[in-house]
Amino acid sequence: MKIMESQIVTEQNKKINTQFINGAEAVVKILIEEQVEVAFGYPGGAIMPIYDALYDEQDRIQHVLARHEQGAIHAAQGFARVTTKPGVCLATSGPGATNLITGLADAQIDSTPLVCITGQVPSSLLGSDAFQETDVIGISMPVTKWNYQVTDANEIPEVLAKAFYIASSGRPGPVLIDITKDAQFQKFDYSYTCFKKIRSYVPKPEIDPSSIEEAASEINNAKRPLILFGQGVILANAEKEFKNLVEKTGIPSAWTILGLSALETDHPLNVGMLGMHGNYGPNLLTNECDVLIAIGMRFDDRVTGNLSKYAKQAKVIHLEIDPAEINKNVKADIPVLGDAKETITHLLKLVKPNSHENWLQRFIDCAKIEREKVIDKELNPDSETLSMGEVINIINKHTQGNAIIVSDVGQHQMVACRYSKFSKTKSNITSGGLGTMGFGLPAALGAKLGAPDRTVIAVIGDGGFQMTIQELATIYQTKAKVKILLLNNEFLGMVRQWQQLFFEKRYSSTEMINPDFQTIVKGYYIPTKKVTERDKLEKAIEEFLNFDGAYFLEVMVGKENNVFPMVPSGAGVSEIRLE
Amino acid sequence: MTRMEKEEFTITAYTENHVGLLHRITIIFTKRKVNIESITASESEKEGIHRFTIAVTETEEAVEKIVKQIEKQIEVLKADYYKNKEVVQQEVALYKIPSKSLTNGIEVERIVRQHNARFLTIEKDFLVIEKAGFRRETKALFDDLIPFGINEFVRSGRIAVSREEHGIGEYVQQILSKN
Repeated sequence: MKIMESQIVTEQNKKINTQFINGAEAVVKILIEEQVEVAFGYPGGAIMPIYDALYDEQDRIQHVLARHEQGAIHAAQGFARVTTKPGVCLATSGPGATNLITGLADAQIDSTPLVCITGQVPSSLLGSDAFQETDVIGISMPVTKWNYQVTDANEIPEVLAKAFYIASSGRPGPVLIDITKDAQFQKFDYSYTCFKKIRSYVPKPEIDPSSIEEAASEINNAKRPLILFGQGVILANAEKEFKNLVEKTGIPSAWTILGLSALETDHPLNVGMLGMHGNYGPNLLTNECDVLIAIGMRFDDRVTGNLSKYAKQAKVIHLEIDPAEINKNVKADIPVLGDAKETITHLLKLVKPNSHENWLQRFIDCAKIEREKVIDKELNPDSETLSMGEVINIINKHTQGNAIIVSDVGQHQMVACRYSKFSKTKSNITSGGLGTMGFGLPAALGAKLGAPDRTVIAVIGDGGFQMTIQELATIYQTKAKVKILLLNNEFLGMVRQWQQLFFEKRYSSTEMINPDFQTIVKGYYIPTKKVTERDKLEKAIEEFLNFDGAYFLEVMVGKENNVFPMVPSGAGVSEIRLE
Repeated sequence: MTRMEKEEFTITAYTENHVGLLHRITIIFTKRKVNIESITASESEKEGIHRFTIAVTETEEAVEKIVKQIEKQIEVLKADYYKNKEVVQQEVALYKIPSKSLTNGIEVERIVRQHNARFLTIEKDFLVIEKAGFRRETKALFDDLIPFGINEFVRSGRIAVSREEHGIGEYVQQILSKN
């Protein structure tokens, strides 16, 4: 009888909670229910009802008006990456929706949780080639974890609840919900409950205890083990467990650029960056280790180089939440499926305390070689021109590794990842898988809004800066205290480097005749400074970091500097070149 | 056959009945430039649950990766793949030929009987023959009917069930009963 009573009470509550509102108001209510405090977007005809509903909730949801939908979605990505909560992005139909596609593809490949809501033409006009009609469901399908078109307001609560759940659970990813204008206007009985289960969807695969045991025994018997860690550690909120594992087993650990900052860069067992422009030791010794333990990483080709020459001697243990990643690129001898926080916790109980001093010494020796041949020259160049590395190095000195570094794509990105110091997790925000130029500036704005108490530095090249330069206006309008560091070499530097090394210095369309960035940024009322000489650099960086507000620092760097080491395209990781 | 040689596979997926899921599944093939030989979808033995049957000629390694990507889609409950010897498979073919071929003796009737096919309809101007079987069988009947003139010919996609007592339907049942 008691159960019956409580059921009645629940029913009554439900009745009380039901409100007769329109679809657009429901969308905004749901955003509040899902604790969305910041949304990024751009209004237009088909999404006007939702913007109208947002007008009433400005105290609870800050809407950031980007200057292009691509800027809005990259900002939402930056926000999501520092908070690990879904970034929310709004756009209108047609061009508004298509402008989101690059950001969706970026978020899909880098597993970033996003909920994007697009307006759509009224359902009666679907398929009629109406004004600003585009098949955004069809277009976005390959680059979303899930998408759905709403044509009836009654669907909105369940569909949006699913959207937030799918975007943020399991391996996160972008979700797009397209809502026709008539559904936004349609009044219905609204009530909301969060979604926590979908029968056809397994966000976290069940952990097989035998896989943990096998992995532990392999780790305990390993003579030369190497850990590769990726963003999975951060997305699973497993940094603490991961560090315990590394310290207990004494295993040298190397990172992918999306895993960077999950373990502080100064940790004695952090042996550096993997991949094409990564550190010498971890690349070379990938082909000497006896057990390779990959955690929350997906063996991207920029990490592995030529797969037929990759870690053939090693037993591979792969801790991974997504079954489709197992054996996709590198065959796993011991796949360990599950959420990294849980699998590492189980593994920790079975691994024996160890240290691998002689093996670790190999990494230290490699680091010494790299320092002499590459790093010293980059950080203390004997040339008159400034290097990107020395700029990052001075920033490290002043931030003590406490800043969030948001990089764009290209040479400066590799330099920022190679040389930035990090003492806190979720601090390296970059476009890894897709390599989206133009990501940096808007993502930095989103990161600052997601982590307002932290210093956020956007490190951008002169190419990428001009791809989303309009977002300076958004920074100005929001008063977000974003530090913008432009490393200007007047070239599309990474492409130019490849042209130099592999295309006989035929610099086809890589030289940039740039505008005066100082004048442009001043036009957005953001304080600026330009540095061309070494003796003025440190003072300028101090001013840049200490200024209470957004600031633009442009540093002119060597036009034809190259990023080394380098695993040339098609080569194996152990064929890494130091010069 | 090694995993690196191409052969015929049948991919089966149990899914929710959801608008656009067909597209979501086919783009997995498009992305890898894998041709779909045939694809069918219909309600399965479980109410409200649909079943896709997809025929491809590919390496086992590629098929395995594709199946994992299919299963990763939110509305897919379970997906798996089979080699030819692991399934019982059929296709249905329809052949429309002129009615006058019937009046020219008993030849057509003999061929239809011989092929275990049957007449679906006989109209004044044309007749329609139906044949279920393997690709080579429907093709053999096609070849035999050519002399009479084939007005229209159509063949369904492959449908197949596994040579196990339950197949992956059992896993699907487990998922459904858990929810």
